[in-house]
Amino acid sequence: MKKTLQLLAVLVQLAAGTTWLATGASRGWTKTSVMIKTLDPVTGIEGVSYEKKFLPGVDFLGASIGVAGVLAGASLFFRKTKNNNHQ
Amino acid sequence: MKLIHIIPLLSLATAVYAAPQTFDFKDPKGVNNAIFKLDAPLESINGSANGISGTVSFDPENPGATTGKIVVTTASLTVPNPMQNTHMQSDKWLDAAKYPEITFEAKSLASVKTDGNVTTADATGTFTLHGVSKEITVPVKLTYLKDKLSARVPNLNGDLLVIRANFLINREDFDINKGQYEDKVSPTIDLSLAIAGACAK
Repeated sequence: MKKTLQLLAVLVQLAAGTTWLATGASRGWTKTSVMIKTLDPVTGIEGVSYEKKFLPGVDFLGASIGVAGVLAGASLFFRKTKNNNHQ
Repeated sequence: MKLIHIIPLLSLATAVYAAPQTFDFKDPKGVNNAIFKLDAPLESINGSANGISGTVSFDPENPGATTGKIVVTTASLTVPNPMQNTHMQSDKWLDAAKYPEITFEAKSLASVKTDGNVTTADATGTFTLHGVSKEITVPVKLTYLKDKLSARVPNLNGDLLVIRANFLINREDFDINKGQYEDKVSPTIDLSLAIAGACAK
């Protein structure tokens, strides 16, 4: 159990870090939509619309560190599994 | 028909032609927008609003006499972060439920300069936000697009009026968390407006 929790903590952190890097390593807040500008040819006005897109920010990284920390912390409450395979 | 009968008709026709036109800014295409920017420590907060309506009276022969009112629905203000969006609309900030509209009523124009179909001026009027009204002066650019409505809305003839404005307001002037959260959200808000109104014939 101890090892499982520690492994989970590492996996959560790795998955969050990879997702954050893969989506552009935004150093701002997490966004669930992005602004799209389209030019109206008649008036020359740039119309604004939003496209749903998940862009994790530093709060996402912080939350993942928190979750990983909780998992790693919880692992301290379990003892190491003894290896009973003695020769 | 005698000349004496034609003169009043001509005068009437001229008067009708020279009368101010009323442009409706409710945009079925949803292109009209207001963009706002605020500085914040982590990153600037950029958002927009597209719930725009209102009317403007504009006379192509006398752009300096332009007056009108533009209304932005508070609930249409959007930022890309869902938590910031909820906070912005809540009673802690804009209180969209209690103050559903942000308005600017232009009463007069000064420093009017017209070059072709483009007029620049300083518009003075009443800006109302969060239930507080203040008289402000903002630089505006008006572009009159004669007979261009059909290019935007097929089978509808008429003119278009494009209004652009960029100005700063201070949220504390409008009782939005006065003296609070200044380290998190800048008191100065940069507003950009780009809207087109239609006058069908």
